[in-house]
Amino acid sequence: MDAATKGAEVAHEEHHDEAHDQNYLQYEPGIWNWLTTKDHKKIGIMYAVSLALVFLVAGVLAIMVRTELVSQGETIMDADTYNQVFTMHGILMVFLFLVPSIPAILGNFVLPLQIGAKDVAFPRLNLASWYVYMIGAIMTCAALYFGGVDTGWTFYTPYSSSTGGGVIWMTSAIFVSGFASIFTGLNFIVTIHKMRAPGMTWNRLPLFVWGLYATSIVQVLATPVIGITMLLLILERTMGIGIFDPALGGDPVLFQHFFWFYSHPAVYIMILPAFGVLSELIATFSRQRIFGYRAIALSSVAIAMLGFLVWGHHMFVSGQSAISSIIFSLITYLIGIPSGIKVFNWVATMYRGSIWLQTPMLYALSFLFLFTIGGFTGIMVGVLAVDVHLHDTYYVVGHFHYVMMGGSVMALLGGMHYWWPKITGRMYNETLGKIAVFLIFVGFNATFFSQLVLGAKGMPRRYYDYVDRFEALHQISTYGSYVLALGLFIVLFYGVYSMFFGPKAPANPWAAATLEWTNVAALPDPHNFVRTPLVTRGPYDFHLADEVFGSGDGVGDGQAASLDVPEPAPAAPEPSEEAPQNA
Amino acid sequence: MATDTTTDTPAAPAQTEVDLHDEEHLSHLQHHFVSSEQQFDSAKLGMWLFLITEVLLFSGMFVAYAVFRQWHPETFAAASQTLDWQLGGLNTVVLLASSFTIALAIHFIQKGEAMKSFWLQVGTIALAGVFLVVKYFEYTSKFEHGVFPGAMFDPHGVAHGVDYGALASYAYAPQFFSIYFVMTGIHGFHVVVGMILIGWIASRTYRGHFSSEYYTHIELSGLYWHLVDLVWIFLFPLLYLV
Ligand code: HEM
Ligand SMILES: [Cu+2]
Repeated sequence: MDAATKGAEVAHEEHHDEAHDQNYLQYEPGIWNWLTTKDHKKIGIMYAVSLALVFLVAGVLAIMVRTELVSQGETIMDADTYNQVFTMHGILMVFLFLVPSIPAILGNFVLPLQIGAKDVAFPRLNLASWYVYMIGAIMTCAALYFGGVDTGWTFYTPYSSSTGGGVIWMTSAIFVSGFASIFTGLNFIVTIHKMRAPGMTWNRLPLFVWGLYATSIVQVLATPVIGITMLLLILERTMGIGIFDPALGGDPVLFQHFFWFYSHPAVYIMILPAFGVLSELIATFSRQRIFGYRAIALSSVAIAMLGFLVWGHHMFVSGQSAISSIIFSLITYLIGIPSGIKVFNWVATMYRGSIWLQTPMLYALSFLFLFTIGGFTGIMVGVLAVDVHLHDTYYVVGHFHYVMMGGSVMALLGGMHYWWPKITGRMYNETLGKIAVFLIFVGFNATFFSQLVLGAKGMPRRYYDYVDRFEALHQISTYGSYVLALGLFIVLFYGVYSMFFGPKAPANPWAAATLEWTNVAALPDPHNFVRTPLVTRGPYDFHLADEVFGSGDGVGDGQAASLDVPEPAPAAPEPSEEAPQNA
Repeated sequence: MATDTTTDTPAAPAQTEVDLHDEEHLSHLQHHFVSSEQQFDSAKLGMWLFLITEVLLFSGMFVAYAVFRQWHPETFAAASQTLDWQLGGLNTVVLLASSFTIALAIHFIQKGEAMKSFWLQVGTIALAGVFLVVKYFEYTSKFEHGVFPGAMFDPHGVAHGVDYGALASYAYAPQFFSIYFVMTGIHGFHVVVGMILIGWIASRTYRGHFSSEYYTHIELSGLYWHLVDLVWIFLFPLLYLV
């Protein structure tokens, strides 16, 4: 048993009360209690289950898309069905999975723990966020029932103001689920400002918290704009208000401006929390103080701000003025700088660290590799002349999958593995974990690198058919996607297995130094901390980390015997009324 | 839940057991906050953030307004003439007055005079009602002459010296009225929400839930109401007076 577990247990013993031995999962069990819980940890889990379902559905749709494309002509579905399938894949993945994903699951679970709080600032709003999200999900089902959507996830007018029966439902769903996103963002900003434990200064915030903070700013500032855009689109369809539809005197390019004013910042809603997760993983598994803490923290905020100024790079060929294209292109290059700063800092953190190649770290390394490709291809399509050739081809598809799947989803998976012991109290199977990462990494590259090549050769996106010369690459891509899917199913399998049969996790299996590991029991107390911690050091001060520490060889699942576990932070002074309770 | 007025001692923070909840804490202090101040500050910051999202929601519509006005200034000038600036002006005064009453309501609850605060809240709701009634008459006088948003736009007739029929000759007049109805409609929706909100707060004030120590809800509703007012302050000149 390591020091931290002992520490937590001692704390428990001192603390004589019927809450003794209680953890948040045993506390108030039963379906009704879950559905009305205000515990941020449980809400995080409810989000995890819902989002996992969405991810599964959207993933199956992706496999259908790839299977259709495995050979020329009609393979398993006709062109109209294909349009609906890729549209639903995109909408589900972007709006209902990736935008909420890391903040709603890991953010909810980890944020209050990391800053030493008992909960988020507005627990009821937090629960409301989940319900609003679910209403959005139900409306999405309604959209399918009422004729489906075939506009692509971008809903460009005029097509979207005339096609299909499901568009109104779908856009309403996005309008509604936008509120879920706003609630989460608002809650996190207030939580980070007002709920930090004594001693948790801004310079001691774990970088995951900084990432969530930057994300929340974008959520609060950008989401209302997609809200009003969707509302105007709904009114366009129901009342013909003529703002976006050229047939009625409206301007379709205005729609594109509105849409991307949200949706470019939205890509940062997806990637900024991933940056945060990555900082945690790299620091913990390199046993090093993070290199350039401030640079990483502030570059997130810089990206959040700059991200509002580049939406026009999606519209280089829309007929916007050449001047605006040039300006948007230049600012797009600028975004590369803070992104690059981060990558360099992570690499520098690993340099001379004691790198421990556990599954979460393997995801982090995959992220570094894949996100870098994604970023570079982003710069490529940000170049005006090059983009004229690459726009609306598979190159763009490849680009955004490298950043969204290779970036955000890899970080989410890494984060899920990393915090899994804290969430479930159990260890997953490390060997299967490593096999799955390997399959996912290989499968991912086979799927999407081939798409970059396809795009460069001129294969346009959103078609269910193609000419001869593209067949081989499409096949590589499809078979790659099967490997990728296999990897993900293995994760699903051992994840579920470990929930029931996994070995019990110690309180700090990774010997991490942030509060959720050092000062919280293996399975957190219903109110997180038995004693509010008093923070006296930065988040990555690995105590005695300079000591030679085993590479992890010979360390089996869940055994962290050879690690020097950082000590828990001391408890904050008790308020005077409680003095009689103290020894 | 009795009102407890011994608020200034921060309540027990570190101990968070279930059995501690309601007995030892102040009745309004939620368990995850350390003190009333922290709870109040959080609520206020949350409200400000919410107001920012509201501003952004409206700014999307203001952008649409700006773009179409930039392209078709003559249409906007002509169409704007058909709006009744006197009614619009009246409503501006009404809303400003309501902002004043809600501000006073906050002032009095801070001084512990709950009943005065209650009546001022009721007054605010009444003024909001007046606003909506005026708006109703404005809308119906437009509908009577076929001035609908968007596709159903079919202006005809003359009333009070306003020649609606002449609007038909302006190519983008429907866009002006789409924007007019959407913006004022969404604003009107906010007025209704505000009335419900203040109604709920007023009933709680009446039942003695608030005091000079604890009046977060009143203050936050006031903030919201000022925003509703502020949006109208922009809408009025842009739509009625261009
Ligand atoms: C280094 C930073 C990045 C740069 C310079 C960049 C640049 C671009 C450009 C110029 C386009 C438009 C290409 C076109 O349509 O012709 C684009 C598309 C896209 N990017 Fe990025 N990007 C970056 C990072 C990201 C990130 C982090 C994400 C998401 C997590 C992302 C998601 C997307 C998506 C979804 C599209 C395609 C939208 C569509 O048309 O369906 N990008 N990117
Ligand atoms: Cu973009």
